[in-house]
Formats: sequence, structure tokens, C-alpha cells
Amino acid sequence: MSDNLHQLTVKKAIEFASKQGAEPILKAITERVKILNLQINAFLRFDPEKSFPLSPVSRPLPLSGVPISIKDNICIQGVETTCASKILVGHVPPYDATVIEKLKHAGAVIFGQCNMDEFAFGSSTESSAFGIVRNPWDLERVPGGSSGGSAAAVAADMTVAALGSDTGGSIRQPAAFCGVVGLKPTYGRVSRYGLIAFGSSFDQIGPITKTVEDSAILLNVLAGHDHRDSTSANAPVPDYTKALNRGVRGLRIGLPSEYFVSGLDSEVEQSVREAARIFKNLGAEIVEGISLPHTPYAVAVYYIVAVAEASSNLGRFDGVEYGLRVPAKDLREMYFETRDQGFGEEAKRRILLGTFVLSAGYYDAYYLKGQKVRTLIRQDFEKAFQKVDLILGPTAPTPPFKIGEKIDDPLAMYLSDIYTIPANLAGVPAMSLPCGFTKSGLPIGLQLTAKPFDEETIFQAGHAFEQELKLFNRKPKL
Amino acid sequence: MNYDYEPVIGLEVHVQLATKSKLFCACSTEFGAEPNKNTCPVCLGWPGSLPVLNEQALKFAIKVGLALSCEVSQRLKFDRKNYFYPDLPKAYQISQYDMPVNKGGFLLIDVKTSEGGIQERRIGITRAHLEEDAGKLLHEGIKDGSLVDYNRGGMPLLEIVSEPDLRSPEEAYAYLVSLKAILQYLEVSDCNMEEGSLRCDANVSVRKKGETQFGTKAEIKNMNSFKAVQKATQYEIERQINVLENHERVIQETRLWNETKGQTFSMRSKEEAHDYRYFPEPDLVPFTISRETVEAIRQTLPELPVAREKRFMKDYGLSQYDAFVLVQEKNLGDYYEDCLKEKGNPKLVSNWIQSELLALLNEHKVSIENSPVKPRDLAGLVRLIENNTVSGKIAKDVLPAMFETGQSAEAIVKAKGLEQVTDTKEIEAIAERVIQANPKVADDFRAGKKQALGFLVGQLMKESKGKANPQLANQILEQKLK
Repeated sequence: MSDNLHQLTVKKAIEFASKQGAEPILKAITERVKILNLQINAFLRFDPEKSFPLSPVSRPLPLSGVPISIKDNICIQGVETTCASKILVGHVPPYDATVIEKLKHAGAVIFGQCNMDEFAFGSSTESSAFGIVRNPWDLERVPGGSSGGSAAAVAADMTVAALGSDTGGSIRQPAAFCGVVGLKPTYGRVSRYGLIAFGSSFDQIGPITKTVEDSAILLNVLAGHDHRDSTSANAPVPDYTKALNRGVRGLRIGLPSEYFVSGLDSEVEQSVREAARIFKNLGAEIVEGISLPHTPYAVAVYYIVAVAEASSNLGRFDGVEYGLRVPAKDLREMYFETRDQGFGEEAKRRILLGTFVLSAGYYDAYYLKGQKVRTLIRQDFEKAFQKVDLILGPTAPTPPFKIGEKIDDPLAMYLSDIYTIPANLAGVPAMSLPCGFTKSGLPIGLQLTAKPFDEETIFQAGHAFEQELKLFNRKPKL
Repeated sequence: MNYDYEPVIGLEVHVQLATKSKLFCACSTEFGAEPNKNTCPVCLGWPGSLPVLNEQALKFAIKVGLALSCEVSQRLKFDRKNYFYPDLPKAYQISQYDMPVNKGGFLLIDVKTSEGGIQERRIGITRAHLEEDAGKLLHEGIKDGSLVDYNRGGMPLLEIVSEPDLRSPEEAYAYLVSLKAILQYLEVSDCNMEEGSLRCDANVSVRKKGETQFGTKAEIKNMNSFKAVQKATQYEIERQINVLENHERVIQETRLWNETKGQTFSMRSKEEAHDYRYFPEPDLVPFTISRETVEAIRQTLPELPVAREKRFMKDYGLSQYDAFVLVQEKNLGDYYEDCLKEKGNPKLVSNWIQSELLALLNEHKVSIENSPVKPRDLAGLVRLIENNTVSGKIAKDVLPAMFETGQSAEAIVKAKGLEQVTDTKEIEAIAERVIQANPKVADDFRAGKKQALGFLVGQLMKESKGKANPQLANQILEQKLK
């Protein structure tokens, strides 16, 4: 057992820590991070000294002694938090994000901060100002993004579980690329307080874990109303772990025809269709050809509305209060220089795009129209969920792609979120979980999408599927 | 001023709402704290922080809207107004763009006419919306840079925008006076211009009389008092008329009032104006304002100045002018009514407040609520006048003594022996002495020179050290001279 402590799931780590304390687990993963991070670069910061000493695991808290790693856009009091951007180097938040507070109260150990695309702008973690992250399954490939560091760390057993954030697929797509489980909860399910905003009406924090069960255990802790976040929902939080063993018998699972179109990699399609057969064998009813007719507009709408919000959200990084300030002859120059030197290329691209779509004379044509289409996409899901309980599809159109393959082609990069973006536009919960591997051994993820606040059904189906294939036993060779 | 032209003025008033905490966080709104003491991650715009609406501010805003007969919006929505400035920590201000909480109301203003009367005018209110204040930059005494104090950042403001219905600087002044009165009656703001809890910008244009189109407007900023608004708009009107008379065009621009120079100066033109890139604030989900909430707030509305003015006229027989003066400041109106509760004669009390007490208060720079002469005591003084214990003339000396000592009128009159002499025998004796001392004047009167009596009454009053009852003195002298 002690030889592979780094492989513990959240569930097992809780059991282990309750008997033998958390230190052996921390030692194991710390050793692993020290070696592997040089290659994978999943962690921007991890300070083993700070993780120890632990308060003894005396009280049985829900996550006592479980190390959880945090995407670098979630504020931790007293610890540098940068969004993987030069503009926030040296920025130390004076407060804990609500999710950090909750994890701490639940007894978890905050274990390091994970690399990401700068300000979560990207699908490959290549836009980090602090170096790319490599996919543990193939070091020449990207881990996906923007929560690439979180997903790679979990996949490489460098941590037990991690938090990511998902604005257009930033939890699910890297989870799919790294062969782990990533959940984007319903918008409003988890407090955004302390999450450095990208697209405020899209952003959700969620767990990246080795199993569906771990995801449910973490959501139990993370979910709930927060009076500090007006967009958090005041809806009751069920015990999500109770949904795990309900089985899929009688569940209606729909396959949208718009998801199985050209651009979808054949191996991915095959794997997802195979997953549908497995669900059917498990007793679910597969509904072929349901329709989400506005899917083709999702990426375009997203790159209008989300970047509009982003351009405004990133205005505060102006060299006045925190982070980078480049001295200049006057205020105007200081703004220009600070933002020019502080932001990377993709951040600049999105700020410009967002500024443009909100500009006088363009607002109606872009932002307003975008919002209208967003409503249509939300209605697509409402209609679909009258017929089915879950929507099944691929998480990403391709397996992990090569480092450098899309970084100079923003449009191609944006299209890798084509299946994940609609859930953010509609605010519905969605999970990516492993459903197979390509012939060359790259992970493939499927996506389960449910009605708002119906994460339970996702856990129910996801767990049943996972127990059938037990893909979590397959580990990258590192 | 060139009377061929008609000025058109609209005012934008920013009122700081008197909530305990800021608009979107729990920080205190106290004035004058040490710089950046009343701040938190939210009002400092720290990454990751989120706003939460202060419900009291919303209630205050609705209260003002109802008092201004506005339509209260069914949905509450906020927008972001984006621009860069160091006093704006998030680089956007949370404001309301296309769905203000209040719109389409009006304000009745009393304008003094040249004949000394009062004329009522109805000024449209376009909107009154909630927004957060910015911080304050400090430049003075700082070499090589500026400092910023975010204590004011995130304070709740209500921006009240008038229609371009005002037609003179005097009307602009009267609008501000009436608006301030309402806000004070509602107890939603301190309306203290010095502390910045009430600020005003003016949109000014001129046009030829009879024109239906508006002229090009200039927005005037940096006016620090109601009088400054009057002076600045006056200056701007004349400046624009001169521009037009010289066959030039008025430029749409923002101009700053320079109080010392008494002039406005161009700050930026329309071309340089910001594109604020307004869009709905995603961190604050729009919500429905229930009609029950609005009605409940309506129930809390106090009597407002205009209604009070009318009531004062009707119930107390005051002239419109007197009623107008008394109601403009809520505390003054309250003081007046407190005097009446102490059984003071309404008209006399009004006169005594307006002619004597206000002068004393002004002279000593004391506000009405801190007046050393309490309503009970002023009513007491008026009663002494009414029941002829003292003459009006004596009372004018008694009041300052009351003001200085805080004693009642009775106490001062008694201590100084100032009771009016109403004893006819005593007055008759003085009358005899006066007639004897002025035989010629007495003869003049007997000969039919009626004015001569006035002199003799004057002498009698002087002899009695002002204490004789003037009517009695008159009567007795007349009898004795028959």
C-alpha cells in the first residue's frame, strides 16, 4: 500500500489519513512532484514546508488530511496567486476564496498551485507565462486547458485531487485529455468568490479527480450558497455520494445529432458510441438523434460574450493597486507599458476582442445578439431535457494534440472547446470522464450533461460507467 | 443678458445615500476616516472579489423615486461603466445604464418672482439610478506622483437626472433647494456639499426664443455649492450667447467651473469623450422588485415639503412665502411645528422665527436644531407678547438674552422687570407728566394736528422704558387731550 500512496483517491486518502495520518500521503506526492514537475510543469508553486506540519487528523472532517491542489486563479490568503500571468507576479491575496475556506474547514490540505493558461485563456495550457504543461500520457502533447496543470497533476498522481475552473470547458477538456474526471457544476452551484474572474457569467469552479466518486465527495464540500456571491444559488445541496450507486436503469440518455459531425475524430466518435452501448447494456435508454440546433453558433457566441466580460474583468490589472507596475513618464504610459508587458498574446487578443464587441456602434450587433443566441442555446437544452435525463457526447473533438500544433491558429484552438462551451452558455452541469484510449494510448473523454442542479444524475451515470470499465486503473507511464 | 435667448438647463445631481455600509460591501461609510481605512477586497476591486447589493441603499433609492413621483422599475439590473482611472479600482463603475431603478418623475419647485411672490414650476425627472462612488486622488504636497484614498470608493450614490426643463440659473438654484429639502425630509442623505454627499453637474445650452430645437450643450462640472451652480450656469449662458452672437458655434464639451476666476474652462470635447462600453453587470443577477416592496416603502414616505407648505398655508394661515421658507429645511419646519405644539400663535411664531430667530442663528452660525432657544421658549415669548406681558419691542431685546442664556422668556422678563405696564393708573400718571412737559405739542393735537399724538406716545413709551402697553398709552393720551 505505502508504495503507491500517491495513487490514492480522495476516498482512499480519507480512509488512510484517518488511520495513519496525512503525512505519508503528503510525503509520497511531494516526492513525486519534485521529480515529475520538472518535466510536466503542472505546479507553479508547491511548498512542502507549508503543507506541513498538519494539525493532527483528530476530528473526523469530510476531507481530513486530503491534499487538494488549486488552480492558480483561485485566491489563497497569504499565498502568491498569479493566474499564470506576469501581470500578477507577486500578488498575494489578502483573503481565501470561499472554496478554499470550505476545503480548509473540511480538513483538506491545500497542496500547491497548478499551472494554467494565462487568465484561463486557452485550451492547451501553452499560454501560461510560466512555461507549458506536458500531458502525462505523452509528453509531446498538451494536457488541454485552461486547467491543464490541475488535470496533469491528478493524472500523473502528483496530487490526490485538484480544483479547476471552467468558463468554456477548462475543467472538462483537460480532464478528457489527461484521462481524469472533471466536473463543471451548474452555474451558481459553487461560489465564485475568490475565483479571479474570466467570464463572470460562465465561470464555475469544479473538481478534477481520479474517480467520479471523488468528484461527488468534493462537490459535497464545495457546493452551496455563498452570501458573498450574488450569483450563487440558494438551492439545497444533496449528499451527492448517495447518487453514486443508483445505477442507470431507466435513465434516458440522449445523443445530439449536432455533436456527431465532421471535425469529430473517428477514434473519439467510436469510443463515445461504444460508451453509449455500454450505458444501454447497463439498462439506460439511449435516445439517438436528439437535437441541440443552435450548437453551431456556440463557439462564436462564446467568443463574443465571454471575451466582453473578460475585457472588463481584466481592466483592474492596471499597475495601480497590485501586481506588475512598469514605471513610466505619466499615468497613460504606465497603463500602456504595464498592460503591454504584463499580458501575454492570447490575453491581449481577448481583451481587444472584448473591447471591440462592447464598443459604441458594435454592441447591438455583437454583444446583444450574442446574448440572444445564448438564450436560444439555453432553450435548446431545456427542450432536450424534456426528452432525456442526460446528454452524452464527446468532451473534445480530438484526442490531445501536439504541443505547438494550434498555438498559432487561435480559431483551431477555439474549436477544441466546441462540445464543452454550450454547457457554459446554458449554465448546465457537465462532466468529462474517461471512456477509452486511442490506439496510440491517448485518453478519450466523454461528456455527460444534465439539467441545472442535477449533478446527481451525472454522478449516478458516471459512476456506473466508471465501475464498468475501471479505466482509472490505467496509469500513464512516467 | 441678451433677452433674445432662452437658456436650457438640465441638472445631474449625485446624492450619497446615508446607509451605514457601502453599496456592495460591508465597509463603513463614515466620513473623514484615515485614508483607506474603510476598505476591503470588494471595494478595492481585488481580483476574485464580488459585489453584493446593500438592500438599504435600494430602499433609499426607491424612496427617493417615489417622492419624485417616478416609476419604479420592475426589474433591478446593474451595468458596468468601463474606464481607466486610478480612483476606480476595478476599472469599471457599477452603475445602471438602460434600466434605472427610477424613471419619469417630476419635482415641483418654488421660484421667487420679481414681484416677491412665489411661482410653482414642474421640472421633469428623467431618472434616478444607483451607482457606486469612486475613490479620491490626492495630489497636494506629493512629489512625483499621487496618492489614492479608496474610503469613498463604493459609497452608494443616487444619480438624479433632470429633464432640460430649467430656464434660468435661478430655477437651477431653486431646483437644488427643493431637491435637497426632499432628500432631507426622506432622511436618505446628509446632503452635505462640503463633504461631497451632494454633487451637481449642469448641462447648459441656449437657443433663440421661440426655437423648439435645443442648442448644443456643454456639461459643466466642479461646482461646489448651489450658489456656484447658479453662478456657473449664468456665466455659461452668457458665454454661449456671446459665441452665437459672434456667429460661431457652441461646441459640445465638458467644461470645468473655476470658482476663483468665475469662469468655465474647456476640459474635453465630445470627440475625446469616453466610450464607456456599458454592459450588464454579470456579478449581480437582475431580480424583480416586488410591488409589495415598493408599496411598503411608499407607506414610509413622510410628508414632503410641498405638501407641508400647503398645509402650513391652510392650517396656520401663513402666506405662501412664509410657508415656503419654513418648510425648506425640515428641521426648521419641525421647529416651527414644535412651537405650535407649545401653543404659540402660528402667525406670530412664524414672524418671530423668520425675522428674529433666523437672524440670531445666522449671526452665531448655529443650526436650528441646536438653537439655544427651544421651541417651548420661543412659544413662551410669543405668548408673553400675545397676552401683553411684554411689548413686541421689548421682546426683541428679550430674545437675544434668551439666546445667550438659554433661559425662558418669563425668567428673563421677570428678572429684568420688563413686564409691560398695563396698569392704567400708572400710565395715566406718566401721560400727565408727558402732556405737562410738552404743552405745545399737546396744543397742536388739540388744534387738530393728529400726528402730534405719535410724538407724545413716543415720549410716554420712553418714559416707561418701553414697558407701557402701546395701545393703552395711545388711548389714555387721547382721552386726556380731549
